[in-house]
Amino acid sequence: MDTLLSIHKVSKTYKNGYKALNKISLQIPKGEIFALLGPNGAGKTTLISSICGIVRQDEGHIKVKTFDTIFDWRQTRELIGLVPQELTLDNFETVWDALSFSRGLFGKPPDTAYLKWILNALSLYDKRNESIIRLSGGMKRRVLVAKALAHNPELIFLDEPTAGVDVALRKRMWELVQELRRGGATVILTTHYIEEAEEIADRIGIIDKGILLLVEDKIKLMNKMSKRQLIVFVKNKIQTIPKSLNQFDLQLHETGAAVIYTYNKNASRTGITRMLSALSENKIIVKDLQTHQSSLEEVFLSFINKDQK
Amino acid sequence: MNFYAVWSIYKFEMARAMRTLFQSFLAPVISTSLYFIVFGTAIGSKIPDIEGINYGAFIVPGLIMLSVITQSLSNAAFGIFMPKYNGTIYEILSAPISPLETIIGYVGAAATKSIFIGLIILITATLFISFNIKHLGWMLVFLFLTSVSFSLFGFIIGIWATNWEKLNLIPLILVTPLVFLGGTFYSISMLPALWQIISKFNPVLYLVSGFRWSFFGTSDVPIFMSVMSIFIFIALCLFIIFLIFKTGYRLRE
Ligand SMILES: Nc1ncnc2c1ncn2[C@@H]1O[C@H](COP(=O)(O)OP(=O)(O)OP(=O)(O)O)[C@@H](O)[C@H]1O
Ligand SMILES: [Mg+2]
Repeated sequence: MDTLLSIHKVSKTYKNGYKALNKISLQIPKGEIFALLGPNGAGKTTLISSICGIVRQDEGHIKVKTFDTIFDWRQTRELIGLVPQELTLDNFETVWDALSFSRGLFGKPPDTAYLKWILNALSLYDKRNESIIRLSGGMKRRVLVAKALAHNPELIFLDEPTAGVDVALRKRMWELVQELRRGGATVILTTHYIEEAEEIADRIGIIDKGILLLVEDKIKLMNKMSKRQLIVFVKNKIQTIPKSLNQFDLQLHETGAAVIYTYNKNASRTGITRMLSALSENKIIVKDLQTHQSSLEEVFLSFINKDQK
Repeated sequence: MNFYAVWSIYKFEMARAMRTLFQSFLAPVISTSLYFIVFGTAIGSKIPDIEGINYGAFIVPGLIMLSVITQSLSNAAFGIFMPKYNGTIYEILSAPISPLETIIGYVGAAATKSIFIGLIILITATLFISFNIKHLGWMLVFLFLTSVSFSLFGFIIGIWATNWEKLNLIPLILVTPLVFLGGTFYSISMLPALWQIISKFNPVLYLVSGFRWSFFGTSDVPIFMSVMSIFIFIALCLFIIFLIFKTGYRLRE
């Protein structure tokens, strides 16, 4: 697979002495949707800023295609589109002027048809002659996305693109990301909504305190990490779990109508059969069964917590 | 060369001026008209001619310079300070645009505005006072060079400034006094000998003097020194800007 972005041992220490990135290495193949997850202050924005040329790393190098972001900055920046985390817009411009400005800034000749297409895709066409100051927060965020796409970039960074965007539009944004990928673009996004990463990413990276803790295929990650829970609904409510069942580490549901068994579905023995027969030995009659797979959110939190210990 | 980018910045800055048409063009025109009425017509009629020039006419070049210099500074400084202040600078920093192209866009727009303001004031002046311009070509050259050089200086101030106070500090404490003491309203030959010597250290004197020479053919300092001092000033500003971008000072972390 063609590598579009390659980050090699990149470190960044801010002037105040804070080390925001610590030897980050990462390869992103062309056409991938990559989600970068991490708590506040993890270094996500700093990493993106280094790639885009807003921050200069003090160690390591970054390449887009075969171009180095420091030595061949003109080529790399033409390839990149950035949606910043903050709502930074010139309030007194119209939406259309803002888009035209961005396209020109990135060295592209005017293309009215393409800009119209973007505005339509982001449901902004009606607002094209409106001053940005008169738009809502979610609309402003979409203007930022539109601006980032105005020069037809191949590598798109979305730094929390859906913060403050309502649910319906968030879905549309995800569709847009998929559409961009179908058009050949590669997308890297950061988000605090884990369902967002779960929904659209191919691979997920987890960063904390400037260290890239893990990069993994989304499905593999969820399989590897996933604990499953078997929820056993019982016929007659129980008050306490009999001592003889201690070995299974069961949790009693607060209603008393179910017990919860946690197991690893990849283990050679899940212990489900033994647990169920132990239940019947204790005269607990099973009414229904339900399994629950832990979400990425749970996976993510378990990783961050492990890191803190 | 990323021409589209330069053009985009230039257009954006000009559009900003058009949105604030009153502040950009009308305000300097009104304030200089008041100067003309007060100093040129009212008080000026009581002041004897200077070097054979009617006082009202004498102050025309000085007043144009006063406006051109202050407008160049504030326009260019504001132009680059604003994106830093509201965060939109991220786009400039992440765009395939060189420092030189950025400067041409911002400084070009600021200088264009100043030149227009200078010309508008010149036309306004003809409504109050009658005068002739001896060296029209040189007048335009001085107008152009002064606009460019002070726009460059304003650009530096805009990059250096981290808050609104700093943005206004240098124009207020340094440039305005230099402009007023640089012979805008008088010829330095009217000053005592000591002050004449001190005035020679004021760079603005050379600009005003050169500009006035292009109108009336008389000057406080030799004309070649005026031209040279502008070029030295431009070179100095370009060098500082080069250092700023080289080190990423206050723009790139
Ligand atoms: N200009 C700066 N100067 C000094 N420190 C900075 C600067 N920018 C960021 N930092 C610090 O670097 C660390 C990483 O910041 P960064 O913005 O990259 O985090 P993030 O992962 O994007 O967080 P969030 O999810 O809150 O956006 C933080 O501790 C932050 O305080
Ligand atoms: Mg961030």
